[in-house]
Amino acid sequence: MSHVMMSPSRQSNLELAYSLSTYSVIGAFCTEDNVPQCLLHINQELASLGLPVCIEASSPEGANLNAVPVLNAVYELLQIHRRDMCTLEEMEKEQMKKSSSLDLIQMTNSRLKDQLELSIREKSGLYETERQLQLKLKTLQRCLKGEKDEVKLFPPVCCKKQLVYFHLRMQEPDQFVCLDLGQVQKLQSIIASRASQYSHDAKRKEREAAKLKERLSQLLIDRKDKKLAIDVLNNLGRSDGKRSQWRTTKATASHEGEMYKFLLCDYEESQKSLVLENAELKKVLQQMKKEMMHILSPCQPSSRGATADEELAESDEDEKTRDSSRDTLDQSCEHAREQLTNSIRLQWRKLRNHVEKLDNQASQVLHQMESNKDMIPFETHQDEMERMRHEVQQCKEFIHAQQQLLQQQLSTSFDDETAALLYDCYTLEEKERLKEEWRLFEEQKRNFEKERRNFTEAAIRLGREKQAFEEDRAAWFKNHFLNMTPFTNRRRCSSSDGQSSLSIISEPEIRMSVKAHKAKASTYTTFSTPKSSRSTAAPSTTDLYRTLRLIPDCSSSMHSNQVWQESSTNGDEDIRIKSKSRGLHCSDLDIFALGEDDSLT
Amino acid sequence: MNFSELFKQSNQLCKVSPDGKYLATCVQYRLVVRDVSTLQILHLYTCLDQVSHMEWSSDSLFILCAMYKRGLIQVWSLEQPDWHCKIDEGSIGLVSSRWSPDGRHILNTTEFHLRVTVWSLCTKAVSYMKYPKACQKGIDFSKDGGYMALAERRDCKDYVSIFVCEDWHLLRNFETETQDLSGLEWSPNGCVLAVWDSCLEYKVLLYSLDGRLLSTYSAYEWSLGVKCVSWSPSSQFLAIGSYDEKVRILNHITWGKIAQFEHPASIDNTKATVYKEVERRPAVPSDELLQHNIKVGSTLLNTKSKYEICAPPIQIPVVKPDPDRANPKIGVSVLAFSSDSRYLASRNDNMATAVWVWDMQKMSLEAVLEQTAAVRCFQWDPRHPRLALCTGNSKLYLWSPRGCVSVQVPAEGGFQVQSLSWHCSGDFLILLGKDQLCLCYMDAEQEENGRLWRRKKDRK
Repeated sequence: MSHVMMSPSRQSNLELAYSLSTYSVIGAFCTEDNVPQCLLHINQELASLGLPVCIEASSPEGANLNAVPVLNAVYELLQIHRRDMCTLEEMEKEQMKKSSSLDLIQMTNSRLKDQLELSIREKSGLYETERQLQLKLKTLQRCLKGEKDEVKLFPPVCCKKQLVYFHLRMQEPDQFVCLDLGQVQKLQSIIASRASQYSHDAKRKEREAAKLKERLSQLLIDRKDKKLAIDVLNNLGRSDGKRSQWRTTKATASHEGEMYKFLLCDYEESQKSLVLENAELKKVLQQMKKEMMHILSPCQPSSRGATADEELAESDEDEKTRDSSRDTLDQSCEHAREQLTNSIRLQWRKLRNHVEKLDNQASQVLHQMESNKDMIPFETHQDEMERMRHEVQQCKEFIHAQQQLLQQQLSTSFDDETAALLYDCYTLEEKERLKEEWRLFEEQKRNFEKERRNFTEAAIRLGREKQAFEEDRAAWFKNHFLNMTPFTNRRRCSSSDGQSSLSIISEPEIRMSVKAHKAKASTYTTFSTPKSSRSTAAPSTTDLYRTLRLIPDCSSSMHSNQVWQESSTNGDEDIRIKSKSRGLHCSDLDIFALGEDDSLT
Repeated sequence: MNFSELFKQSNQLCKVSPDGKYLATCVQYRLVVRDVSTLQILHLYTCLDQVSHMEWSSDSLFILCAMYKRGLIQVWSLEQPDWHCKIDEGSIGLVSSRWSPDGRHILNTTEFHLRVTVWSLCTKAVSYMKYPKACQKGIDFSKDGGYMALAERRDCKDYVSIFVCEDWHLLRNFETETQDLSGLEWSPNGCVLAVWDSCLEYKVLLYSLDGRLLSTYSAYEWSLGVKCVSWSPSSQFLAIGSYDEKVRILNHITWGKIAQFEHPASIDNTKATVYKEVERRPAVPSDELLQHNIKVGSTLLNTKSKYEICAPPIQIPVVKPDPDRANPKIGVSVLAFSSDSRYLASRNDNMATAVWVWDMQKMSLEAVLEQTAAVRCFQWDPRHPRLALCTGNSKLYLWSPRGCVSVQVPAEGGFQVQSLSWHCSGDFLILLGKDQLCLCYMDAEQEENGRLWRRKKDRK
C-alpha cells in the first residue's frame, strides 16, 4: 500500500519515501525560511510536469499559500499519479505475462534440445546398423561370389572327381544354410549342366579309349602273340563227365528252353509260396470274420433300437455274403474276393462302432466309478490297512531277528572290544529298560524308607508311651504302697473317686474292648508266647492300654499277655512284681473278672 | 576256443577248399596244401613267381595261382601232383583271373579290360569276350553256376551279357538304363540280376534272367548314391547301402522299399544293445603270470579288452570326410547277411569303429558294436548267426544274439588280425595277419566264456 502511496516514478518514490521518513528528523522540505524557494522549486517541477498551475504565495512573506492553484496542482498530481499507477499495473501484468511466456519458451527450448540429442543418437545408431548390414551384405556377397567362383572354377572339362565332390557338398546341409531355395536350384542346375558336360566329355574320352583298345586288340591279333598259350600236361575231363557238345542251333534252343524252364520253376515256386501265403491270409481273414460275427451277434439285439430294421437288413446281407463267401472260398475269382473283402469291411466297421460304443460306455462307467470312488467300502480299506500293518510288523520283526543274528555273528567274529562295543550298541535298548526298572526300584526303596521312618517314629512313640506307662505304674505302685500304709482310707477314697469318675466315662469302651479280646484271648492263652509283631501300633490298642493303665489288671489273660510281652523286654523283675500285684488286687476287679473267667474256663 | 600255431603266408593268400577238407596257403612262390583236420602238409607246389592270386576250383581238385605281374597262371591238381598247367596271357597283361563255376575253365581279364579270355582245361580252347567293363563288380556267376553276367561297355552305353556257363553260349545281351554301370549281382536263387549305377546317381535296376527289366529303384537325386548292394541268402531282401549313411531294404515281390536303416551318430534306441569295447592295460603281473607270459610271449604288451553294455543315448565317434579327396569315407560300404537271413551287419565308413547288426524279422536295430579301433573285416558264420570281426589288433571279436566276446589271440610276435574267414562248417576261423595265419577253433562249450588256452601242435 505504501507502494501505491509513493511517487509515480520509482526514483522519486524513493526520494519521497526518503523525505517522508526523514521529515521529522532532519527537517521538512519546506520550512518557514525557504517558502519562496520551495515555491519556486515546486513551480519548476510542476512546469516540468507540464502543469500550467502556478502556485503563488498569498503574502509576500510566503507564510500562506494561494489555496486554489495548490489544490488544482495537487488534484492534477493526483490524477497523474492515478494514471501512472494504472499504467504501472498494466505494465506489471504484461511483464508477468512476458516472463511466463519466456519460461514456457525456455522449457520448450530445452525439450527440443533433448529431442535433438535423442534423434542425433538414434541417427548414429542407425548409421551403425546400416554399416553392419552393409558389412554383412558385403560378406554375403563375397560368399555368394565365392560359391559362384567355386562353380566357375572348374574347368570346362569336368572330371568325375569334381562331380563326386559336388555331390558330396550337396549332401552337407550346413553348406546351404546361407543359401535360399533359388540359389539351391541355381546350383542344382549348374550341377546338372556340369553333369551333362561331364558325361559328354566322358563319352568323348571313352570313345577315344575304345578306339585305342580296338587298335590294341587289332595289333595283338595282327602280331600273332606267340606267348599267348596254354600248356596243359593232359586235357581234363568235364566235371560232369559228359563230352563237350558242338554249338548248334539246337543247343541254343535248348539253352533258351532251359532258361525258361528255370525261370518258370522259380516263378512257380514263388507263386506257390504266394498262394500258400494267400490261403493263409484268407484263412486268417475268415477266422477274423467268424470271430467278429461271433462277437457282434450277441450284442446286436441289445443295440437294436430305432435302426432295427436297417440292421436286420444288414445282417441278412451278411448272412448272404457269408454264405456266398463260404461257397466261393475255394474259387479265388474276383467276385468272391470282392464279396469277402466287402463283408469283412462291413464287419470291421461294425466292430469298430461297437468297440467305440464300448469305449464310451467304459469311459462312462469309469467316470461313474470315479464319482463313486469315495463310496469304496471303508471296511475293506481298513482290513487291507490292517493286513498291511500286520505284514509290516512281521517284516520288522523279521528284520530285527536278522539283525540280531547278524550282530551275533559279527560279535563272534570281531575282537572283544569291538564286540563289546557292538554289543553295547545293540543292548542300548535293554539298558534303557534296565534303567527304567532301576528307577522303579529306587522309588520303591524310597517308599520303604518312608515306611521305615514311619515305623521308627511309631516305635519311638511307643517307647515314649511305654515310658509314660512305666511312670504310671510306678505311680500306681507308689499309690498302692502308700495304701498299704496307715493313710490308706484317705487315699483310697480319693483314688476311688477319681476311678469312678473315670470308669463311668470309659465303661462302655472297656466292655467293648473286653469283648473284642474275648475271641483273641483263647488263642493267646493257649500259646501265650510273646511275639514282636503282636504289638501293633493301632490307636485302639493304645486306647485300650490307656484304659488298662487306668484300670490295671483287668483280665488275667490279657494282662498276662501284656505282661509277657513286657517281660520279654524288661526282664524277670517286673514279672515278679506283676504277679505280686495280681495276687494283691484280684478283689478290686471282680466285676470284670467274672465275665472273663467264665469265658476262660 | 583253441588256437593253432602260426603259419606263414604272403599276400593274405589262404583259402579253404570248397569241400572244407584242405587249406591252401601261398608263401611267396610256394603253394602249400594242408589237411584241415591235422594241419599236416599234403602237397607243396612251386610256382614260377610270387603268387598274387590263388583260388580253389569248385570241385576242390584244382588250385589256380595267378602271377599278374608276369601275366601267368599256373594250375595245380590235388589228385595228380605231377599234373601241371600253365597259361600265359602274353604281352597284353593280366589283371584278374578266376575259375568258372564248373572248375574246367579259367576266365582271365586282360589289361585295360580289353577282353576276357576263357581258357578251357578240357579242350585247350580259348574264347574271348569283348568290351568287359572295368567297374566295381563286372562279372558275377549265379550261385548254382549255370549263368554268368558280364557288364560291358560299348559306344558309351552299358550292356549286360548273360552267358550259359556250360558252353559259354551268349544267352542274352541287353542294354541297361544306367549312366555308368558300377556293379551287378545275381540273386542267390539265380533269377534276378541286380544292377546298380555309379555313385553319381542313386539307381538300382533289377533284371530277370531273360533280360526283362523288373523294377527300378531310386531313393533320391542330386547326391552321391549307392555304395554297396547285398542280397539276403533267401533272395527275399536286397539291401542297398548308400552315401547318405542309410541302408534300404527292398522286397522281392514288389521290389519296393520295406525298411530303411539309419546310422545315427547318437543312438537312443532303447531296444538295441550297444556293446562298447573297453580297453585296460594289464596290471603288473604276478610271478606266476609273468612266467606264463614269458612262455606265451607278447601278451604282456597287449592291452586287455572287454565289452561293456552301454545304456542309450550313446555317441558314436564320427569322422568328417574330406570332400576334396576321392572316394570319400562316408556312407555304408559293407553289408552282410547272416546265413539264415535273420541278421544284417553293416558298417558306415565315417563311423569306422562301429558295426551295426540289424534284425531282419523285426526290421530294427539289434546291436551296435563299438570298437576301439576301425573295423577291418567282418564275416558271418556260414552255419550259425554268429559274426566274427577284427580291427587289426591281436584280438578276435565275436557277436551272437546271446552276447559279445573279445578274445585275445595267444600268438607270439605281435600277431595282428587283418582279416578273417570262416570255414564252411563254422567250426573254425582262419585269422590272417600281415604274413602269418592262425586257425581259431570254436568250441561249443567254451565259446561263450572266451577262455584262452593254446593247443600246441608239434608237427613237421
